[in-house]
Amino acid sequence: MDKVIVCENLSKHFGPFKAVDDISFEVKRGEIFGFLGANGAGKTTALKMLTGLIMPTSGRAEVAGFDVRQNPEAVKRRIGYMSQKFSLYEDLTVRENIRLFGGIYGLKRAVILEKTAALLSALELENAADQRVSALPLGWRQKLSFSVALLHEPQIVFLDEPTSGVDPLTRRRFWELIYATAEQGVTIMVTTHYMDEAEYCGRVSMMVDGRIAALDTPHLLKKQFDAADMDEVFRKIARPDDKQKTLKSGKK
Amino acid sequence: MLSISNISKSYGAIKALDDISFEVASGEIFGLIGPDGAGKTSMFRILATLLLPDQGAAKIAGLDVVRDYKALRHRIGYMPGRFSLYQDLSVAENLEFFAAVFGTSIEANYQLIAPIYDQLKPFKDRRAGALSGGMKQKLALCCALIHKPDLLLLDEPGTGVDPVSRKEFWDMLRDLRDGGLTILVSTPYMDEAALCDRVALLQNGRIMAMDTPEKITAAFSRPIFAARSADMYRLIQDLRAMPGVADCYAFGEFAHAVLDDRSLKSSDLLQYLQECGHTEVQVKNAEANIEDCFIELMKKETTHG
Repeated sequence: MDKVIVCENLSKHFGPFKAVDDISFEVKRGEIFGFLGANGAGKTTALKMLTGLIMPTSGRAEVAGFDVRQNPEAVKRRIGYMSQKFSLYEDLTVRENIRLFGGIYGLKRAVILEKTAALLSALELENAADQRVSALPLGWRQKLSFSVALLHEPQIVFLDEPTSGVDPLTRRRFWELIYATAEQGVTIMVTTHYMDEAEYCGRVSMMVDGRIAALDTPHLLKKQFDAADMDEVFRKIARPDDKQKTLKSGKK
Repeated sequence: MLSISNISKSYGAIKALDDISFEVASGEIFGLIGPDGAGKTSMFRILATLLLPDQGAAKIAGLDVVRDYKALRHRIGYMPGRFSLYQDLSVAENLEFFAAVFGTSIEANYQLIAPIYDQLKPFKDRRAGALSGGMKQKLALCCALIHKPDLLLLDEPGTGVDPVSRKEFWDMLRDLRDGGLTILVSTPYMDEAALCDRVALLQNGRIMAMDTPEKITAAFSRPIFAARSADMYRLIQDLRAMPGVADCYAFGEFAHAVLDDRSLKSSDLLQYLQECGHTEVQVKNAEANIEDCFIELMKKETTHG
């Protein structure tokens, strides 16, 4: 099986603080992998190492066939990244954003033109091509931002809370887009605070205090933690001490 | 406690709030539920006397948000969506500052914040900017409460906060409510609607529905079946293509199929899915949740306007 992420004993320390503490896992081609954890559990630090933005303190990680320490630039060329907070330039038009990011990824002019036409037609955005991104409804902006992250045909795309603050319909349509992309063999690494979305992942890892406390399919995690849904799994893993208290104050 | 009548606010061509009216009773948790861009923050800024409405009026504890803004500011506790404490002051310094600004002291109202502040005490000398998301949220709540307001205005306190910290925060809100405080809170997390006494579902500056969460979900008009199989992506596509199924979306490990044809039974869906080649198929009756309702109302709004 094709492994696109191999992470072995990866750690990142900031002084005495172990932000990421000896994590190991593998992600296969075309997998939708949920990367969950409480605030401050170390998700962001781990993702920064996997995307070649910061160097690990120890351990190794190979992403899209390249070592993040030795070849961070090669890694960056083979991955896409999208977050809710920063993705597109709002005062550039749709077309300008595609051209800008195409250029940044080093695509040739002819390729960018070709990709622009294909993308506008796939998203049915032909009529809005010369509108500023700020004028687009949130759902369109989000789809465009995802497509732009895929412009250079990366092997892996990292989605950092891609659906935060989005209405329930748009959120679901976005996940259908994720599914369709994964079916084409692109690997998806996604973080979310919506626990129903954790159910849509092939496998889910849960970070607690810099370590991976659990990793499995949503189905097996629910079994392992004797939980009705992923929300309960999350609560049981993130706050094992006051299990009773949080359970009592749960739904209804 | 709070009475809003026919409030509108536009920014250029964009109508952020379009003729909004609602009332909140004393001791109630009222939720404004809606996605980004629905108008939640504009509503809060008007109530916090930071933004003038184009039309309409709002009164809090009998005071008008425009005319009586000075007196009103002592009666409300406002927690904006973006973390707005002083990042380079410590936890204790932030709290002292907000107490001083309102002409009170931490000691005078300590009782009110004690259950929350006790959790922050171990970090009281830490800079606010260095706190985790959940801790920042708790400190911001303490600072909004320190002058003992009658009405708490919380604009998306849970955004970007993990589910466990959010649950803890809601427990605190319910304790404050039980102590007699009135709370207006907004959230884009629809499952949190169930934790409010009453909610308004907000989209594009308009209220689509307003009631107790139970009554909103009970008003859902069509039957829903929950279905799952080994291949959820294909299951959703297949169910959408099934005659009699109006709509189908993922809801956690199941997909909800909303029916136009009331005569369809779960066995019909089961048979259809098996014929489509699905394995590990399971179909059962389901109750609408707030997201089902939101989606249905959104679609109605689009067809009407």
